[in-house]
Amino acid sequence: MYNFSFEKVKSVEEAVTAIQKAEDGKFVAGGQTMLPTMKHRLAGPSNIIDLSGVESLTEIKAHNECVTIGAMVTHRSVASSPEVLRDIPALAKLAGNIGDPAVRNRGTIGGSIANNDPAADYPAAIIGLGATVNTNKREISGDDFFTGMFETALEEDELITSISFPVANVAAYMKFENPASRYAIVGVFLVKLSDNVRVGVTGATACVHRGRRLEDALNKNFSPAAIDPVELSVEEMNSDIHASAEYRAHLVKVMTKRAVEACN
Amino acid sequence: MVNVSMSVNGKSVTGEVEERTLLVQFLRENLRLTGTHIGCDTSQCGACVVHVDGVSVKSCTMLAVQANSTEVTTIEGLAANGDLHPMQQAFKDNHGLQCGFCTPGMVMSAIDIVNRNGNDLDETTVRKELEGNICRCTGYHNIVKSIQAGAKSMGG
Repeated sequence: MYNFSFEKVKSVEEAVTAIQKAEDGKFVAGGQTMLPTMKHRLAGPSNIIDLSGVESLTEIKAHNECVTIGAMVTHRSVASSPEVLRDIPALAKLAGNIGDPAVRNRGTIGGSIANNDPAADYPAAIIGLGATVNTNKREISGDDFFTGMFETALEEDELITSISFPVANVAAYMKFENPASRYAIVGVFLVKLSDNVRVGVTGATACVHRGRRLEDALNKNFSPAAIDPVELSVEEMNSDIHASAEYRAHLVKVMTKRAVEACN
Repeated sequence: MVNVSMSVNGKSVTGEVEERTLLVQFLRENLRLTGTHIGCDTSQCGACVVHVDGVSVKSCTMLAVQANSTEVTTIEGLAANGDLHPMQQAFKDNHGLQCGFCTPGMVMSAIDIVNRNGNDLDETTVRKELEGNICRCTGYHNIVKSIQAGAKSMGG
């Protein structure tokens, strides 16, 4: 790991000032991806700005058919939050299956989505639930937030403050996980609303996306059988040592069917 | 360089470290507490698990400076007055180790599992909760038995 300057800030304003002053600054939330990346020298920021002292980023609030989760809330806290368990149980379950217990004690929702790993779990929930990402500057629709592999709509000095999720009692997240890392080889977050269905797909392609063809099929007929005739583009699927593109395309349909079964 | 101070196993410690120093390096190299092991160094194997403010963390994936002002417990801090902690005793009684390299992390994770799930643990729970700790000797069977037994004796 290359060395860096370290600063622990107490407020969002301090954090933004610090990153504006830094030559090549990075915010660190839980550090569960950032530190391994720096160890591999894939990142070498000049300044690390630690957000763990910003108390305003650690709240979970339920209000107006919405649950708003602070950016620094750990996976463990989301998994065990009474508000999340009551209003969006599928999201609590997702959080409780990220990584392993020690990782969940440090890793945060804000850090996960700011990183936008193509195999991360939370992005599928942001897309599936139609969540809104709140920053120090604006509100960003979940559909507009993830822009490419490890790329987001965030500007250099923009900080996620919280994520607002609409309440969803009929929802399910199904993931086919890598048995070593627990990352999603394919993960499908399905939400059944009163008038339509939303599907967020992670792990399958370079960036999390909405499964529009799956949604169209399920809007006509909300049953596992409706998924059978759906044709997915194999060319767009990731292919690596863990799974071929064809296998991932198959898994997207299998995980979607399982999610439909869980919602029925 | 940066000054850090924290409580480790109930004692106040201080040190001057590089910003990039990992908590596990600080524990092993500055404090000479070599019971906490570095296995994979990629936050997968769990040999480096310690408790920070009462919860398990992988000390290879936390900076020493991030542990500033916290209370850290390592495997060396478990035994009281020469008596093994009930979880350590359970690993001994149930042959829950062979080479022993993963054992400090296993024991620290095991206590965290009990803290979160109580003293009556079924096998499925223990195996799921152990996802972040890798053992290459035992096949896990006796580790699971040890944790179930240790959980019971921690309850008194």
